[in-house]
Amino acid sequence: MKIYVPLDSAAVALGADKVAAAITDEAARRGVTVEVVRNGSRGMVWLEPLVEVVSAEGRLGFGPMAVADVAGLFGDLASHPKAVGLVEELPWMKGQTRLTFARVGVIDPLSLDDYRAHGGLVGLERAVKMAAPEIVAEVTESGLRGRGGAGFPTGIKWKTVSEAVADQKYIVCNADEGDSATFADRMLMEGDPFTLIEGMAIAGLATGATKGYVYIRSEYPVAIRVMEAAVRIAREAGVLGPRFDMEIRVGAGAYVCGEETSLLNSLEGKRGVVRAKPPLPALQGFLGRPTVVNNVISLASVPVIMARGAAYYKDFGLGRSRGTIPLQIAGNVRFGGLYEVAFGLTLGQIVNEIGGGTASGRPVKAVQVGGPLGAWFPVSLFDTPFGYEEFGAKDGLIGHAGLTVADDTIDMLQMARFAMEFCAIESCGKCTPCRIGSIRGVETLDRLARGDTSAIPLITDLCNTMKLGSLCALGGFTPYPVMSALTHFPDDFVRAKEAAE
Amino acid sequence: MLDSHPHSDRIAEILEAHRGLEGPLLPILHAIQEAFGHVPEAAVPQIAKALTMSKAEVHGVISFYHDFRKAPAGRHVLKLCRAEACQTMGADAVAEQIKKALGIDWHETTPDGRVTLEPVFCLGLCACGPSAMVDGRLVGRCDESVLAEVAK
Ligand SMILES: Cc1cc2nc3c(=O)[nH]c(=O)nc-3n(C[C@H](O)[C@H](O)[C@H](O)COP(=O)(O)O)c2cc1C
Ligand code: SF4
Ligand code: FES
Repeated sequence: MKIYVPLDSAAVALGADKVAAAITDEAARRGVTVEVVRNGSRGMVWLEPLVEVVSAEGRLGFGPMAVADVAGLFGDLASHPKAVGLVEELPWMKGQTRLTFARVGVIDPLSLDDYRAHGGLVGLERAVKMAAPEIVAEVTESGLRGRGGAGFPTGIKWKTVSEAVADQKYIVCNADEGDSATFADRMLMEGDPFTLIEGMAIAGLATGATKGYVYIRSEYPVAIRVMEAAVRIAREAGVLGPRFDMEIRVGAGAYVCGEETSLLNSLEGKRGVVRAKPPLPALQGFLGRPTVVNNVISLASVPVIMARGAAYYKDFGLGRSRGTIPLQIAGNVRFGGLYEVAFGLTLGQIVNEIGGGTASGRPVKAVQVGGPLGAWFPVSLFDTPFGYEEFGAKDGLIGHAGLTVADDTIDMLQMARFAMEFCAIESCGKCTPCRIGSIRGVETLDRLARGDTSAIPLITDLCNTMKLGSLCALGGFTPYPVMSALTHFPDDFVRAKEAAE
Repeated sequence: MLDSHPHSDRIAEILEAHRGLEGPLLPILHAIQEAFGHVPEAAVPQIAKALTMSKAEVHGVISFYHDFRKAPAGRHVLKLCRAEACQTMGADAVAEQIKKALGIDWHETTPDGRVTLEPVFCLGLCACGPSAMVDGRLVGRCDESVLAEVAK
């Protein structure tokens, strides 16, 4: 018998380790030989821990599994109370276009043989035979834009580094993933680490960089463990070596270190303060050398682009948002998890059709798109198609494609206050509008909460000051959640007054 | 003389083990905290000397990052996610109950040294919130029953 039990953090947080141990124990008790493979997650978090049993027809799913459900796996599988059928046939799986996440949840994350058997290393093998400018051209042609938030074209960034002359260049993978509602980087690193390694190796060939770093946030112990093991395995197998090698580095709990220049300072062992640009990191990045800084998903999307060609990837999508995007549907939502799909679904389709509405069963009130620096969208904007420009046109952003669904019990004034508080806690301290403005923002919103509506113009002014006077998007974009809450949910800012009186 | 304090040998080993790394300070600080549960004040001059930095610079780095502790934590560390997705699932109410049960606020340790309570902003478990981390173990759909894990 071969049984898959995810090692993914979400599955583990819901009891996967205990279920895996119970399966081993039960098998031993019954004298049955069972091979337990710890895979990544399929992304259906409401079914986690999702156990899969290999059968002649395919992989049969059982979830959410508890220890008490384990004995039943050794009996009649069809009548198991947690049976969900063939995993690949579930609507959640069939509706997706899994390019970047094709292998996540499918393979043993630390088996290089499994990786190869599922199409791994084909992109790198093709890249090895190409000249650097050809690789850069292919990535540019694919239309891939940075998935870390800013949406900058990946190929153009690579071109700058590729053409820079230096004795040493670097590839730095940004795995700081600090945004609430995002976990795509984590799932990819835990479920298919070799894809990221392959993407970074291709980036190295394209730019002439021979050394890479993955900066992973310390809040991700499982991802750190899997990536460290994968790097060792890749090195032993010669995938990494003199041509390109890499190290895993661990952050230290500062949100701002996701900002690329702050990350580089942190990697150098300094305080994670933001650097002024120029100089661009592409020209003077890590230790002053030309450096590609890319998000995990940007880099992990490169192998499939190289393997199947730029045109194949580019064919998916909408407008200037090409390819696929791993949506992370989170918060108060019935079917939460990761759903990779071509750009272009509307927000309403994502929240209601894929997510199934709220977990509480109450009406959806607002959805924050793009993490703590993203805008709150009301239901009246649910026709907005998922794309960089499309969300920008509605005074929002897609960021790293995380969505926080909230039901009608949420108090938008409190969410606006939280955005300011978060900015105050996480500010790197370099600019006054961010460092001091956010503290003033909390105070001003507290005045509003006490019923002082005269504070509304003040908060608007303050947001303008932060927008214009901040060096990076922490101070500069905190106004998005604040102003969207105020604009779309003005009643919450007035109701507070009535409550106070 | 500079290097003679109870931890100096272990710190010297850690410094030695990180020689040759580019940008070694964060890995060194993580290793020291792993070894001692905090970054002892006495380590600062030793690190500064090894990396040819000023003590003020090393201090500046330690104090910048939320992870590094100046003093040991309680026997258990309970981190509760305070970020938006977990808030939509009632994280604030859970945190209030836990604070009340422990009689402490964020960043505090119970008087018996049993539990340190810390906020965390996202553990990447945003589709099964509220989430928590107990001594490094992840917990999804957390409620106040998580306190049973830090009872001793
Ligand atoms: C406050 C702040 C936090 C950020 N956090 C992240 C992060 O966690 N991960 C990430 O990839 N990019 C983050 N970014 C964006 C990076 O600065 C940068 O644009 C990105 O790493 C570039 O990679 P990409 O082009 O592949 O997206 C953040 C930016 C800001 C201003
Ligand atoms: S906006 Fe805030 S976080 Fe960004 S550089 Fe300025 S002070 Fe630092
Ligand atoms: S918001 Fe709590 S785990 Fe992400």
